[in-house]
Amino acid sequence: MPSRRLLGAGLLAAAALAALLVGPARIVAQRPPGGPPAPEISPLARAARDHAVRTLTEFDYGKATPLRDGTSLREYWIEAKNVEVEVAPGVRFPAWTFNGAVPGPTIRCTEGDSIRIHFTNNGTMPHSMHFHGIHRAGMDGVFEQVVPGQTFIYEFRAEPFGLHLYHCHTMPVKMHISRGLFGVFLVDPKQPRPKAREMVMVMNGFDTDLNGEDNEFYTVNGYANVFFRDYPIPVKAGELQRIYLVNMTELDLVNSMHTHATFFHVYPTGTSLTPTLYTDTITMGQGERAILEFRYPYPGRYLFHAHQNEFAELGWLGQFDVKP
Amino acid sequence: MTPRPNPEKSPGLSGVRVWLAGVGPLLLVGAMTWWFLSSGVAWLRLGGVPIEKLAIERVVFRPQEVVLKVRNEGPGPLSVGQLLVNDAIWDFSITPGREIGRMKGATLSIPYDWLPGEPYVFTIVSGTGIRHTRRVELATMTPSASPRSFLIFGVLGAYVGVIPVFLGLLWLPFLRAMPRTWMDFWLSLTIGLLLFLGVDTLKESIEVLGRVAAYWNGVMLVALGVVGAFFALNGVGSVLAGSARSGSGAPARPSGMALATLIAIGIGLHNLGEGLAIGAAYTLGEVALGSFLIVGFTLHNTTEGLAILSPLVGGKASVRDLGILGLLGGGPTILGAWVGAFTYSDPLSLLFLGIGAGAIFQVVRVLARGRAEGGESVIESLSRPQNAAGLLVGFLVMYATSLLVAG
Repeated sequence: MPSRRLLGAGLLAAAALAALLVGPARIVAQRPPGGPPAPEISPLARAARDHAVRTLTEFDYGKATPLRDGTSLREYWIEAKNVEVEVAPGVRFPAWTFNGAVPGPTIRCTEGDSIRIHFTNNGTMPHSMHFHGIHRAGMDGVFEQVVPGQTFIYEFRAEPFGLHLYHCHTMPVKMHISRGLFGVFLVDPKQPRPKAREMVMVMNGFDTDLNGEDNEFYTVNGYANVFFRDYPIPVKAGELQRIYLVNMTELDLVNSMHTHATFFHVYPTGTSLTPTLYTDTITMGQGERAILEFRYPYPGRYLFHAHQNEFAELGWLGQFDVKP
Repeated sequence: MTPRPNPEKSPGLSGVRVWLAGVGPLLLVGAMTWWFLSSGVAWLRLGGVPIEKLAIERVVFRPQEVVLKVRNEGPGPLSVGQLLVNDAIWDFSITPGREIGRMKGATLSIPYDWLPGEPYVFTIVSGTGIRHTRRVELATMTPSASPRSFLIFGVLGAYVGVIPVFLGLLWLPFLRAMPRTWMDFWLSLTIGLLLFLGVDTLKESIEVLGRVAAYWNGVMLVALGVVGAFFALNGVGSVLAGSARSGSGAPARPSGMALATLIAIGIGLHNLGEGLAIGAAYTLGEVALGSFLIVGFTLHNTTEGLAILSPLVGGKASVRDLGILGLLGGGPTILGAWVGAFTYSDPLSLLFLGIGAGAIFQVVRVLARGRAEGGESVIESLSRPQNAAGLLVGFLVMYATSLLVAG
C-alpha cells in the first residue's frame, strides 16, 4: 500500500514523463538541448533571459504629452552602445545595441501621434535610426550619420498604422543589423484592435564567429530557445492571442514561424484590420512582419518554432503552456 | 649540473663567477618576462581578445553515445558554450567542466542515436562564439579494450605485419641458390625497398599532420623522431659492429647478421607506425578495413622479409636467428595496432612515425655505405648498373604493392 507521499512522487514522475514527451525529438526530449545547466545562472545568462521575456510583453509608450488635436507627442531616449550579451547558454556575442540589449525597446504609439526620438550614439562607430514609416527625407536615418558622442533628434508623425520596425542604416547595413541594432515600431490604429493577450516576437540570427556568411544561432527576442527551455509562455485556453512577429534575420533570406495544434489569422504588416490568411505556418523575408491572431482551445504544452527546422534546431524553438 | 673544472677556461674566473655567468642570462630573461607580463602588455597596448582554439582530438562512438575528447590549444582559457551535431544544438555533459584552461583537456558525452557508416560533423561553439569543428567520414563503433578486441587487433597486426615478414624470410634458400654475383642486386633492392618505406612513413605523418592540433607543433615532433631514431640506431649499429671493428679505428663493415638486425629494427619501427595507422584508421572511422586492404598490406609487407634477408645470403643464419629477426621486424605491428585502436593520440603517432622514418633512413645509410668500395662515394656505388637496377626494382615492387592499399 503506497503512502500518500509515494503517490505524490509517482504523480510528479508521471508529470515529468509527460513533460518529456512534448520534446521536439526523441533524444532531445530527455532534456532541453544546449548542455548542462550552469550550477548557478550567470549574470549574462540572466540578463539575456530576462530581456527576452520582457521584450515579449513590454511596450515603451514614451513620455507622452497630450496635444490639442487629441493625439500625443511621444518622446523616447535611445542610446546606441556596445554590450556583450549572451545569445545561447555559454555563448557570448559582442553586440551593438539600442539601449543595451537585443532587440531594442518596442516603441509603441497610436496612428497620428507626434514622435520625437532623442538618439545618442555612445558606440564606437557611426550609427543611425532608420524607421519604417512615412516621413520626410531628413528623418530617414540614412544620410544623416550620427558619429560617436553625438545626439540626433528624429521627429515624424506615426503613420501608417501597423507593425513596423527600426534599425541602424549605417553601411554595411547587414553588419549593423546583424550585430543587434534593431527593434519594433508598433503603430496602433486609432480604433484599437480587439482586446487580446499581446506578445512581441522578433526573429533574428546571430553570426557569433562574425564571418559575415552565416548565423550560428537563431533566436526569438535575442536568446536561443529561451521560450522552450527557460520560460514556456503561459497562456489561457480560449483567450485571444496576438503575436507581433517581426523578421530581423540577416544573412539568411527568410525566417518562419509555425504554431502547433492551432491556426492563426495573418494581418501582413498589420496595416489592415482584415486578415488575409488562415494558416499555421508563415514565412517572411528580411524586414517582413505580420500580426498573428489565434486561440488555443485545449490546455497543454504546444511547440512553436521556425519551420525551417535547421533554424529551430539552432535556437528558434519555443512552447506555449496553455492553462485551462 | 655541477660545472666541471674546465682545463681551458680563461684564467681569473672563479667558481662563483662561472655560476653567475651561467645563471645571469636566465635571471635577466626571467626579469624581462616578469616585466612584460606584469606591465609591459598594458604599456605596449597589446590587448584584445585572443582567438580561442579548441581541438576535438578524438571522437569515440559507443552505443547511443558519442564521446568527444577536446583540448584547449588556444593562448588562454576558454569555455565550452554549445555543441552542434550536424548543425543542430544538442544536449551534452562535460567533465571536468565547461571552463577549460590553456592546454587542458575535457571530455564531452553526447547522448546520440548515431548510425554506423554515416558521416557526422561535431561543432563546439566556445564562449566568444567561435566554431570548432571535427568531421567524421564514417561512424564506426569504437572498439573498447576487451580481451576479444585485443585478440582481434592482435590477429590483424599479425596478419598484416608479422606473418608477411616471416613469409618473406622463406626466400632465403632461393636467394642462396642464386649466383653470388646477384648479391649486389639483392642488397640494392633492399635499399630501394627501404627508401620507399622511409618516404611512405613520412607520407603517413603528413596525413596525421593535417588533423593534429597545431599546439603540438607536429612537424617538429616528426623531426624529433627522425633525428632521434637516426642517431640512436647509429649507436646501436656501432655496438653491433663493434666486434668487427679493426684495430686501426676505421669503421669496419658490419657483419651480415648485424646488418640484418639493424634492418629488422628499422623495419620494426616502421611497422609500429603502420600498426598505429591501421588501428587508428579503424578507430577514427576514416577507413573501412576491407578485405582488400588487408590483403594489400600482407603482400606489401612480404617484401620487408626480403629486405631483412639480403645481408644473410652470404653468411650463416639459424632458424632461431631468423625467428628473432622476423619478430623484430613484424612484431611491432601488433603493438602499434593495439595502441592505435585503444589509446590513439595524434602527437604520439607523429613521434612514432618520425622514429620509423629515421630508423629506416639510418639503415639505408648503413647499407648504402656498405656498397661503396675503395674510394667510391655512395652515389657512385649506387650508380653501378647492378646496384641501380636493384634499387629501382625494389622501389617499383614497393610501389606496385602499395597500390593495393591505396584508398
